[in-house]
Amino acid sequence: MNWFRDFLLPKSAASNTGDVDGLFMFITWLTVFFFFFNGGLIWYAVRKWRRRSNDDITPHITHDTKLEIIWSVIPLIVVMFIFFWGFRGYVRAWVVPNDALEIVVTGKKWVWEFEYPDGSRSLNDLHVPLNKPVKLVMHSEDVIHSFFVPAFRIKRDVIPGRYTELWFTATEPGVHQVYCTEYCGKGHSDMLARIFADTPEQYEVFLREGDEQVRKMPLKELGKLVYENKGCATCHSIDGTRGQGPSLKAIYGQQITDAAGKSHTIDANYIRESILNPQASVVAGYEPIMPTFQGLLREREILGMIEYIKSLQ
Amino acid sequence: MADAMTPTAAHGHPDYLSENKGLWNWLTTVDHKRIGLMYLWSVTAFMIIGGLLALVIRLELLTPRQTIMSAELYNRAFTLHGAIMTFLVIIPAIPAILGNFALPLLLGAKDVAFPRLNLASLYVYWIGAAMAVSTLLLGGVDTGWTFYTPYSTTTGGGVSMMVLAAFVLGFSSIFTGLNFIATTHKLRAPGMGWFQLPLFVWGMYSTAIIQILATPVLGITLLLLVMERVFHIGIFDPQLGGDPVLFQHFFWFYSHPAVYIMILPAMAVMSEVIPTFSKKSIFGYKAIAFSSVAIALLGFLVWAHHMFVAGMSLFAGAIFSFLTFFIAIPSAIKVFNWIATMWRGSIDLKVPMLYAINFLLIFTIGGLTGLFLASLSTDVHLHDTYFVVSHFHYVMAGSNMLALLAGLHYWWPKMYGRMYNNTLATIACTLIFIGFNATFLPQFVMGSRGMPRRYYNYLEQFQTMHVASTIGSWILAAGLFLALATLLASLRKPKDAVPNPWNGRTFEWEAGSPPITHNFEHTPVCIYSPYDYREHPVPIAEEEKSAH
Repeated sequence: MNWFRDFLLPKSAASNTGDVDGLFMFITWLTVFFFFFNGGLIWYAVRKWRRRSNDDITPHITHDTKLEIIWSVIPLIVVMFIFFWGFRGYVRAWVVPNDALEIVVTGKKWVWEFEYPDGSRSLNDLHVPLNKPVKLVMHSEDVIHSFFVPAFRIKRDVIPGRYTELWFTATEPGVHQVYCTEYCGKGHSDMLARIFADTPEQYEVFLREGDEQVRKMPLKELGKLVYENKGCATCHSIDGTRGQGPSLKAIYGQQITDAAGKSHTIDANYIRESILNPQASVVAGYEPIMPTFQGLLREREILGMIEYIKSLQ
Repeated sequence: MADAMTPTAAHGHPDYLSENKGLWNWLTTVDHKRIGLMYLWSVTAFMIIGGLLALVIRLELLTPRQTIMSAELYNRAFTLHGAIMTFLVIIPAIPAILGNFALPLLLGAKDVAFPRLNLASLYVYWIGAAMAVSTLLLGGVDTGWTFYTPYSTTTGGGVSMMVLAAFVLGFSSIFTGLNFIATTHKLRAPGMGWFQLPLFVWGMYSTAIIQILATPVLGITLLLLVMERVFHIGIFDPQLGGDPVLFQHFFWFYSHPAVYIMILPAMAVMSEVIPTFSKKSIFGYKAIAFSSVAIALLGFLVWAHHMFVAGMSLFAGAIFSFLTFFIAIPSAIKVFNWIATMWRGSIDLKVPMLYAINFLLIFTIGGLTGLFLASLSTDVHLHDTYFVVSHFHYVMAGSNMLALLAGLHYWWPKMYGRMYNNTLATIACTLIFIGFNATFLPQFVMGSRGMPRRYYNYLEQFQTMHVASTIGSWILAAGLFLALATLLASLRKPKDAVPNPWNGRTFEWEAGSPPITHNFEHTPVCIYSPYDYREHPVPIAEEEKSAH
């Protein structure tokens, strides 16, 4: 009867789904059975005891205590069985393994944003390693959304002002569909995302170079994304105003003097050095407070940053 | 029940339709039967509007992308469909139409206990309905009928007006419930104890308990929502320091019991129609009566099963799932009782009985698919998908509508004194059965395969099932239209119904068809049990003696 399960449920792609699917199919067969049982009884009664004349005499039966107890107790046993089965599955889906990879999910009208442990982010595409537990820590920036992955049989609301969690272990490589299932307005039905369950090699590539979206993005745009998402904007303005650090507006090609009195031309090498080893040549008049981004940015992101600063003329 | 009484109409009083004709007399009437009929046509009008919206929604879903309207319009259409069908159609349908018309007759009373309050409930309904429709002029409402915060506190349009409309409509419901409780307590015919009440009355009484206990909570919740929208008092919106999930608790504290405001009256109709057309005593009278009360009370303890994935604690989820399963038992008991009533009966497949059988099948599917959603691990997968949409259409829309049609075809001769065309009504009933299942069975499958509800665009893999569902909606609409046309067509001919066309045993069949304004020429006296179909029924006193 696997064809019937495959007709009713999407292909399972995570651990822990077997239990849910088993219960789903159990209740399905129960429904089918009782529909035909009740329908059969009605059909039989109508066939056998169809009215022949208005003077038909029928037996006066008001109740049958034994029968009524039987048909109260049997359903009770069945539903209690279902309760415990469903409860067990729910508890399993609740307890997150300790070694789970933690990913922060932000829902906002009408995109999903994912933030990885290394600080990199992606929109609507989530890359996870196969056969490794992943924990999603989710919150919303506006209204309530809900994160639903049919192939993993998981779902939880994403709520503003509090964190909710989900976890899964993807077992099937490939792309799995994510839907928003809490109505959130005009773009609700387009608030989709994809989970890429990567083999170890694919996941390595992703960690090193970012996802496909990032790889295809023109350098200048990538640089802008880095500037906005990695905290550069906190200290470095792009409109000329002085912050904790110098503004990035129209600095490319300019001459500056560092704290030690040495002068530099702002070029690709200087920017690169300032990102990876910020204390090396701090511009005179500023505190040496910038942290290093060594290991936090991919090579292409640094190139993107250089292109972006070039464009700020 | 008591055929010892003299038949009515012999004294020459005109029936309630012929006496005091004219619009003004209808608008100022306190006759429960006329109020019931005015409710009938008001609810029917909104059912047509809500139904047309459903057809428009189904048409849009024919293709995965835009078919006939924009996403904004689609969101407004399904919100209005849900709000109209819930607050203006399903909740008032059976209590306000059939309850108002039949409950005093079944009790042997002249009217409800508070006839003016009864008329007031109709006017309040009309005001609420006008407010709900006026939201169209205020830019529509796009929140879904559940008004979840913080979406509903931040979106534009006529949300406040729609919420206030639901608030006002709540009072209409409370007035009706209050009336039924007082009427059942005070206006029973002489000799009629609680266990001689027709089961329709037990069902209405249980419904009334929910109406007066739960509806105020909805009222308070909706007022808080309006206060937040208008005065920016932080209650539900986290931006203002509120808690969005609190709204869901408040909302479902009413709206889950409200599900039983929708289904208990449907069950009440079944308990009248099935014995009459089986010509046999109802099986398990007390079990049916008490299971109605049990459903009404248990219904208050299960609201959070709408929120298993809303970030509730594991413990709370377990408790609410556990309690929810208990609701299944009284529902199952009732279904078995009705089938047992048919067993060894003399089954007459007249139109009301066909609708009743139709109900039994649809309710069986609706009830059993509830098990998937009461169970925690499967609900996580199915929550907010089309599976849920289909499930609640089976129990709320399908079962309620079929029971309404069963009751309407049952009491139509009593209401208008005319018989309808049996063949056409049978065809309509068949079309409705086919159309309903064709519309909603595919929705179970697309839901369990992952199709979320309230989606304007959808993935192409779901199109086949959406097309099937849309075609089903046309068959369903054709069936409903034919049923309505058949009933209306009967009004063109002169009154031809006898007082008791179905050989029923309850009091209303002793009144004329249609009854006089005060229902009975003489106050009926309850001598026999309402479901005693023996040739020589045994008087209540003797029956009780022999039972102990």
